[in-house]
Amino acid sequence: MTINNIWVVVEPSNGALTTTSLELLTHARSLSSNVAAITWGGDGAALAAQAGDYGATTLHDTGSLNNSLPGAPVAAAIAGLIASGGAPDAILIPTSYDGRDIAGRLSARLDRPVLTNITGLNDEGGLVSEHPIFGGTQIVKAAFTAEGPGIYVIRAKSFVAESAGGAAASVNTIAVGDTGATATATITSSHAEERTGPKLEEAAVVVSGGRGLGEAANYQLISDIAKLLNGAAGASRAIVDAGWVPYSHQVGQTGKTVKPTVYIACGISGATQHMVGMKGSKNIVAINKDPDAPIFQIADFGIVGDVHKVLPALIAALQARG
Amino acid sequence: MFPGLIYADEISPRFVSMNIVVCVKQIPDPAAPQSLEPSHNLNRTGKLILDEADTYGVEMALQLVDAAGTGEVTVVSMGSAADLSGVRNALAMGAAKATIISDDALRGTDALGTAKVLAAAIRRVNPDLVIAATESSDGYTGTTPVQVAELLGLPSITFAKSVTIDGSTVKVARQTEAGYDDVTSPLPCLVTVTAGVVEPRYASFKGIMAAKSKPVEQLTAADLGLSAETGSAGARQHIVAVVTAEAREAGDIHVDEGDGADKIVAFLDSIKVL
Repeated sequence: MTINNIWVVVEPSNGALTTTSLELLTHARSLSSNVAAITWGGDGAALAAQAGDYGATTLHDTGSLNNSLPGAPVAAAIAGLIASGGAPDAILIPTSYDGRDIAGRLSARLDRPVLTNITGLNDEGGLVSEHPIFGGTQIVKAAFTAEGPGIYVIRAKSFVAESAGGAAASVNTIAVGDTGATATATITSSHAEERTGPKLEEAAVVVSGGRGLGEAANYQLISDIAKLLNGAAGASRAIVDAGWVPYSHQVGQTGKTVKPTVYIACGISGATQHMVGMKGSKNIVAINKDPDAPIFQIADFGIVGDVHKVLPALIAALQARG
Repeated sequence: MFPGLIYADEISPRFVSMNIVVCVKQIPDPAAPQSLEPSHNLNRTGKLILDEADTYGVEMALQLVDAAGTGEVTVVSMGSAADLSGVRNALAMGAAKATIISDDALRGTDALGTAKVLAAAIRRVNPDLVIAATESSDGYTGTTPVQVAELLGLPSITFAKSVTIDGSTVKVARQTEAGYDDVTSPLPCLVTVTAGVVEPRYASFKGIMAAKSKPVEQLTAADLGLSAETGSAGARQHIVAVVTAEAREAGDIHVDEGDGADKIVAFLDSIKVL
């Protein structure tokens, strides 16, 4: 099957496209010479240059959604676009809070299935998607068997974003159409959590803590080491669920995917759900008191020891180096 | 079929009473080794438990019904009815009744097919609020709740960190990349909750005993007027292959003898991070 055209849902954030959106555009143009993007939020004209730079020829834009959550209205707009002008072979959507909403809504609207948690997508005489399972030890390869468009929800950092140097995409305003009662969820205010140092997904060094830290107050050790290494502090799902640290620090299947130069896992056993989010790190360092912890099976360098002793000593050693 | 619900609607304004459906899934114990069958379906022959991710939704629903004063929590689940201990666990926590849609024809159903089944079952209850986890802890597809909302024509708010009801409006703090958004929606609405949104209660002995006599309705796909499009025959995606991922080799592992920190510093030096 020739892949004639691909649509990529590209997500606006503070007047620019998210990194994952750019990764998907980059990969889409390796699969097809005809790539269009779909966005929302009222910054379409400003985003057209970036969308074009990464390979989209057209940017379909719903314009302002008047603070509605994007899931229902953007899915309705895409369904409308298909109804009026035909379907693409594939629709690529970032794995993100809003991306997942759009994918689910669109799937039900079009009565088409959806493939999620994708980390690879290749043309093997038709599109074949890759999905890590069991903590990334095995890869499921899947394909749609029915008529398109296939809806593919793709995880962050599955591809590397590269500019193509293309001209600005031409902006095509699209209508949301009828959403009935589905688009009535409205954002009334936004709150940003304070952050010092680099973003978790972009940091070259990530230091993460898990249940082995024993109690919430010990997470300070993780923050201190992250700061000394000019890195970001991450966390396992266990201590996020326990309320020790905000969800925004969570690394794993249900949290962020990170691929830093070095990932330092402290008191993390290595549950499959965590490994999926950090297995792609260039180097992995693990500190855990249990020599049988699964994390040691993927660590380049491991210390079998008590984090309550090793981490304070590590802080002292790093401080001594200035 | 549910006289309690009809009665409440007749005598009181709709939103004085909160009737909530919680979608739950019984899954193989994630702590046990997991494997795929030759059919590529997840091996579910062992003991099934209530997905821990669903306990937050059950707890949230119970608290919202308590706050409203009247109403009840109905648990809806699709899957094998051979082992109902997971659903009984939700009833033991305090849910009033359960519906489980169990049918060999549903084996291999994809996420949209599952959503069609759940939506059909939920429609019969006509709740004020539907709660689900953001994703199950076995399949992780993460689209089923929103597909259910679209099929029911309901608004949805995903990734809730907190949920409150104010009259006929639901107010949610929704997780975002930067922090969180305050989001409101009129009821009825579907909300997905993150783990940690509330602290799930442990079922009391009294609750466990009471759960044994609570109604558990078992339905087939045909009972819901569904058949052809569900199950693996209706799934419009297939697994091409399952391959072993490129393994990461274990590296240097040392037992800390007071020199662990120095060894880490030396390793960071060697990879030029310091």
